[in-house]
Amino acid sequence: MSQTHVEETPKAEPAPSAGAHAGRHPSPKEYIRIAVILALITAAEVAIYYIEGAKEFLIPLLILFSVIKFSLVVMWFMHLKFDSRTYARFFVMGLAGAITLYLVVLLTFRVFSG
Amino acid sequence: MATAEHQVQAPVTDHAATSTGLPNMKLAIWLFLASDCLLFGALISTYVLYRGASIVGPYPADVFDIPYTSVSSFVLLASSLTMVLALASIQRGDPARMRVWLLATAMLGLTFVGGQVYEFTTFAAEGLTLSTNVFSTSFYVLTGFHGAHVTVGILMLLTVVGLSFGGRITQERSETVEIVGLYWHFVDIVWIVIFTVVYLIPTGTPPGA
Repeated sequence: MSQTHVEETPKAEPAPSAGAHAGRHPSPKEYIRIAVILALITAAEVAIYYIEGAKEFLIPLLILFSVIKFSLVVMWFMHLKFDSRTYARFFVMGLAGAITLYLVVLLTFRVFSG
Repeated sequence: MATAEHQVQAPVTDHAATSTGLPNMKLAIWLFLASDCLLFGALISTYVLYRGASIVGPYPADVFDIPYTSVSSFVLLASSLTMVLALASIQRGDPARMRVWLLATAMLGLTFVGGQVYEFTTFAAEGLTLSTNVFSTSFYVLTGFHGAHVTVGILMLLTVVGLSFGGRITQERSETVEIVGLYWHFVDIVWIVIFTVVYLIPTGTPPGA
């Protein structure tokens, strides 16, 4: 009996598009890891607030910690790291608008010049 | 837990075909969050502008209780964790566990709002009301708006729990939980900024001090 080899047609992969939104999401263990990091950063924020020697660097450090926490939540908990970039563009657009508004208002009223 | 070490594949949800290829509801919530950034941007700018401009006290340093607010911050951060665990549960097809995590998130949110009400009451008892000075007005408006957002989030969470009991939140419709989660995390990131800008960054000496 002759064996006929039937060549399998490879299954077509769905073409990646703007709609390729259903990427992987982090596992519960990863979520917990991120939450622990967020808690540690918050603890560090509060700690440096009370450290006398850190007063000189207090504001830059607090802003740095805040940016790290913000980014971790947006990238991991809100899945912007994994989802379609269209969502990220929308959000960055609003965020850039808010930061511009903040800077324009504060520069207009010369808040930074003391 | 078998799935703990592995990535969770976000299920393909049953949304209708759209011109962008993205679910409209999810796109809409991101657009809403972008616009809400502008609202909070305006409120935070106003607060920074006026917090050191009061000519009568109490001033920020007179009333803020950093250890107390730090606990509130931890509570809100914990609620973000329970929210993502709820999403992961429904994406694995476990609505019972999702309900537990959603209720935990709502409880943590209620704790946060309760803490804020207590804080406002304490401030008012110390003589800091909405109209005391420009610091108090900008402070109450900013944190009050944030508290209102948290309250709306709690109502959304409880609605999803109710829908889930009616069998309307399934693995295929996990997008609903994800959308509520996006709103909830947004409230959390706004608090991250408020906690730093309002409570931790010191104010210069007010003109009236």
